[in-house]
Amino acid sequence: MKIFYLFFIYFFICAYCLLAQEISFTAEDNPNDDGTGIILMWKIEEENVEKIIIERSSDGTNFIEIANPMISDEQYLDVQDIKPNIKYFYQLNLYNRNGEEIISPLQTTVFAKAEWFNSNRYPLFLMTVLLAFAIIYYIVSARKGKHLFIRRISGLETIEEAVGRATELGKPLLFVPGILDLDDMQTLAGLNILSHLAQKVAQYESTLYVPVCRSMVLSTAKEIVKESYLKAGRPDAFNPDSVFYLTDDQFGYVAGVDGIIMREKPAANFYLGAFYAESLILAETGFESGAIQIAGTAMPSQIPFFVAACDYTLIGEELFAASAYLSNEPAQLGSLKGQDVGKAIIIITFLAGIVLEMFGIHFLKEFFTMH
Amino acid sequence: MRRQIPLFITFFIGTIILVSEFIPHKPFGNISTTLGGWFLIISGFAIILGQLNLFKVNLTKISRKAPNWQYYIISLVCFLIMLVCGILWGTLRQPGLLYNSEGLVAFFGLKPFDYIFKYLFENLSATMFSLLAFFMASASYRAFRARNAESTLLLVAAVLVMLGRTTIGSTLTGWIPDSLTYLHLPNIANFIMEYLNTAGQRAIMICAGLGVIGSSLRIILGIERSYLGGR
Repeated sequence: MKIFYLFFIYFFICAYCLLAQEISFTAEDNPNDDGTGIILMWKIEEENVEKIIIERSSDGTNFIEIANPMISDEQYLDVQDIKPNIKYFYQLNLYNRNGEEIISPLQTTVFAKAEWFNSNRYPLFLMTVLLAFAIIYYIVSARKGKHLFIRRISGLETIEEAVGRATELGKPLLFVPGILDLDDMQTLAGLNILSHLAQKVAQYESTLYVPVCRSMVLSTAKEIVKESYLKAGRPDAFNPDSVFYLTDDQFGYVAGVDGIIMREKPAANFYLGAFYAESLILAETGFESGAIQIAGTAMPSQIPFFVAACDYTLIGEELFAASAYLSNEPAQLGSLKGQDVGKAIIIITFLAGIVLEMFGIHFLKEFFTMH
Repeated sequence: MRRQIPLFITFFIGTIILVSEFIPHKPFGNISTTLGGWFLIISGFAIILGQLNLFKVNLTKISRKAPNWQYYIISLVCFLIMLVCGILWGTLRQPGLLYNSEGLVAFFGLKPFDYIFKYLFENLSATMFSLLAFFMASASYRAFRARNAESTLLLVAAVLVMLGRTTIGSTLTGWIPDSLTYLHLPNIANFIMEYLNTAGQRAIMICAGLGVIGSSLRIILGIERSYLGGR
């Protein structure tokens, strides 16, 4: 009986000390993932604790060390071989400066769950669905014959003029599809415009140079130009060497393109795609050569350079709209109208957000910044 | 069939990528990363295509004695030198066919590939990059001309930002009392960059984002086919 009392008193003192020290250790499933993450949180306000070690076990007996975080971190995301729907046991070991364990390890258990929807992306999902509906609605409307007004984009209207000028002067045209690979939407947008440009070049029997700096872009651009010549009814005029690879290196590519501009003196230069620091070097060299220059990019920091050095610049969305605009197909033009509706929705949301914030209502801001 | 198969592949992959943005559960959760990995592998192999094309185009121009054909010889020679150096002696981390070639490393201080890269290629790249400063000056000279109201506004904003970002800006407005600190040139420059410039950039980015969604939908739904040559 005495032993029982002693044990009870010891247990009571330990529990009291633990509560007084405010030491806690909890684990929970990392939300919005595929069940491969567990968040471990601890709160230690005991001065003697100098080091902590987190251990994990899937059977509750054989623990292995998984992390040695700082006490002040207060949380750790475990993503090491976590599988969904398995019960994991964690324990937190606390040591003093001599490396001695202060108290028994704190234990906790948790299941990792795989989610079917990432709730952080509700705003993105909502905007995507709204935009998709608007675009599809206008595509269907356009197909039914509804007239849609699309504002004039001067840079694209000039393409035919530029090709005509090049033909008259007997000079080639240069198309630069940016320096990023095919996985960038700007490169794809540029290549879509190349398709229309190559058709015009084929019709006018002019010459087109397309130097590229990515091998994947090379094969795609070559195929696009070839198909465009075929569509224009001039497959014999297609020169496979007109689309060629220079180098993957940014400034090596610039040197190569600048060399072409200075030697061949193209009548028109098209810079359509993703550009970085090379934008101004290319555009200024083209300006010096006296060519008509049409540029387009969605890189905000490069747009001023193109505006300063080129005759026409497609700013941001205009680059993505260009192909639809040039095709003049009702379905494609309808999609542009849908994008405009998306813009209207965003503007209305912004204005509503500003007004609500002014009145101290934060739900709209919190909804759109929940990620 | 030549048209339908690429369109189906585009629709299928595009839809999966779109869905995987919202569904973290397997198999969607990591499909985007997996496909990204596939893309890297394919582009790695495609580099050979690019190099073969480079070789072929240069060789054709030399054999036809195209205008300025001498330049293409230089390109080819440089290409072959780097290729041979890389294969025979390797690079900093990779041994070549002749392993680590200690003799050459003792002579050059580096392996031949790394030596050329460090002492030739990097300097040439830096030279090209440094041209940007001169082109920026010439482009600014043309852009900052007060031809109409908009360009005058641009000129004024540019002068304020340029002065505000240099020490002369602080010196010029240093005498202004602290109660009028917002009139200090560095503060005016910061205001223009933080509010006016950022607002403009964000507007462009939001519209570009909408453009990306619109273009993606057109491609996924098979409305945009220019990338297939417009078929």
